[in-house]
Amino acid sequence: MRVLYTSLKYLAVVLWSTFVIAPFLWAVSTSFKDFQSVTNGATYIPWVDFEPNLEGWRALWKSPAQGGVDIVEPFFNSVFVTASGSLISIVLGTLAAYALSRFTFKAGFIRNGDITFFFISQRIMPPVVLAIPFFIMLGKFSLLDTLAGLIIVYIVLLMPIAVWIMVDFFNKVPVEIDETALIDGCNPLQAFYKVVLPNSIPGIIVAGMFCMIFGWTDFFFSFILTFTEVQLLPVAIVALNSSITPWWSLSAAALVSVAPLVLVAFIVERYLSKGNLSGALK
Amino acid sequence: MSLIASNLSFKPGNEWHLDNVCFEMSKGQIYTILGRTLAGKTTLLKTLAGLISPDQGTLTLDDRDFGSIPVWKREVAMVYQQFINYPHLSVYENVAFPLKQRRMQSDQIKARVMKALQQVGLDGFENRKIQALSGGQQQRVALARSLVKEASVILLDEPLVNLDYKLREQLREEFRNIFSSEASKDSILIYSSTDPVEAMQLGGQILVMDEGRILQQGTSKEVYENPNCTKVAQITNDPAMNLFEGRVEAGRIILSSEIELELPQHCKRLATGSYIFGMRAAGITLNQTGFPFSVELSEISGSETFLHIRHEMIGVVGLLDSVQNFNTGEVVRVQFDTMQLYVFDQNEQLVSSPYCGLE
Repeated sequence: MRVLYTSLKYLAVVLWSTFVIAPFLWAVSTSFKDFQSVTNGATYIPWVDFEPNLEGWRALWKSPAQGGVDIVEPFFNSVFVTASGSLISIVLGTLAAYALSRFTFKAGFIRNGDITFFFISQRIMPPVVLAIPFFIMLGKFSLLDTLAGLIIVYIVLLMPIAVWIMVDFFNKVPVEIDETALIDGCNPLQAFYKVVLPNSIPGIIVAGMFCMIFGWTDFFFSFILTFTEVQLLPVAIVALNSSITPWWSLSAAALVSVAPLVLVAFIVERYLSKGNLSGALK
Repeated sequence: MSLIASNLSFKPGNEWHLDNVCFEMSKGQIYTILGRTLAGKTTLLKTLAGLISPDQGTLTLDDRDFGSIPVWKREVAMVYQQFINYPHLSVYENVAFPLKQRRMQSDQIKARVMKALQQVGLDGFENRKIQALSGGQQQRVALARSLVKEASVILLDEPLVNLDYKLREQLREEFRNIFSSEASKDSILIYSSTDPVEAMQLGGQILVMDEGRILQQGTSKEVYENPNCTKVAQITNDPAMNLFEGRVEAGRIILSSEIELELPQHCKRLATGSYIFGMRAAGITLNQTGFPFSVELSEISGSETFLHIRHEMIGVVGLLDSVQNFNTGEVVRVQFDTMQLYVFDQNEQLVSSPYCGLE
């Protein structure tokens, strides 16, 4: 019975892993194919089913005039907008979350929980509801089709995620740690950055990861709020899908778009899997 | 050096957390704040630390206004009942933290940290991470951090409550040695506890608190021998002092239709009337010629047995100095040692005790 249970468990893991990894492997395989290999039916194994080549990858940094798809600029635009938006959201969101966790706010019927909900409500609304006001406001300030405009929009979209995660995290950090820091000679600001912040790194990393994922994968707002001057990677990749889709370059571009998130996930994995608060309060 | 609190009051909602608290404390002394959970002990300690601003009242230290000094500039140290340390720092860095905040020189910091770690028996643990320590060791780190500051006021908020029994006994002894040492002779040590045994063992002065008020202050001997009211009598005894109502008539104490006791010598001058009588568990023993009580519960604790027994409206706990088993509902014969009898009036104030007689 135990052997059967273990076998079924491993079978389920293998099936799920295959389901998750298969599209990724398919994209890797396609990125090394050429027109012939893609259109001649399903082929799987390089050097056996098809002859691999790097044309799909070389096309990524060639201009359209040279027969390429040029995703270098959209890639770095995406890096800049996502990194800036995430960083500012984390800084502001962490400060807001600390205030919401530690201080009591009262304004009429509004309390801390209501303020936290107001932040989160930004993410509850369908994106299209926010698109028109964003479009009008950015237009008024001449920020449409600019990186700065996109960064502002991303801050609005990403900060609720940071606040939501960090409020929950700070609520789990015993307030006695802050109090001990005060007693040990820190003023409130020092207590925050010398004691609370270093112990909140796992929470900040988790919040940062989510901000980056949501920012990096956003298509809707980058599509609505940009035209010709600025293009982000998701829009650039979708633009490759035309009547003659270069599937090999599309696959390579898709892999490039996934790579930063995979890289970051590997780097911060140890923070995601365990907290750093054991020992603060046994 | 003396710390004086005058009329400290704090009422954050509908209940008083501190109600007109007044006391005077001197350096080199241990003061134990003894009270049940929610008595206001932690609120009082946090007020002394500056973490809570009282609604009214003043705090002075050596005639200086202590209450208006911000917490990070006050000369206080505090150890919590949870083992609060900085998990991102090593043991050494934890203990050195308050000294670094004062911008002391590193050689001075090192000397003081090593001395404090030696005092709490953690020399050799400097480079360990907090997470790698046991609960008792973590609490020693917190204690070392409080000692290293050489603060004027050291606050210990039930520091042993989350430790297991053996470790609690061991650390309590070590605490007493540390506090009576040279290192803490210039400090006022304030220790809060719910455990009367712990308070008595620590010695020094006891302040008994309940519902935000200080009910009695005195040496542990004074408080033990002459609790000034029924609440103090219950708070300072474990198990709580037995209280039962009765009347004094014609030189006898009448507790029920079946139970009458001879007035002991220290109660001879009691006037006829109704009183509340008190007796510690140790004053109630089994005796074949005693009064019939039925067993409600028997609890074995170490080498002793606590016997919860009832006769009509009189429910009491007796202490037997041996391990014995009883069935619920079993009738036992009980004797009251009236030489240990306390008498309180209808306002629950002490009228007579075995130690002071009738005032």
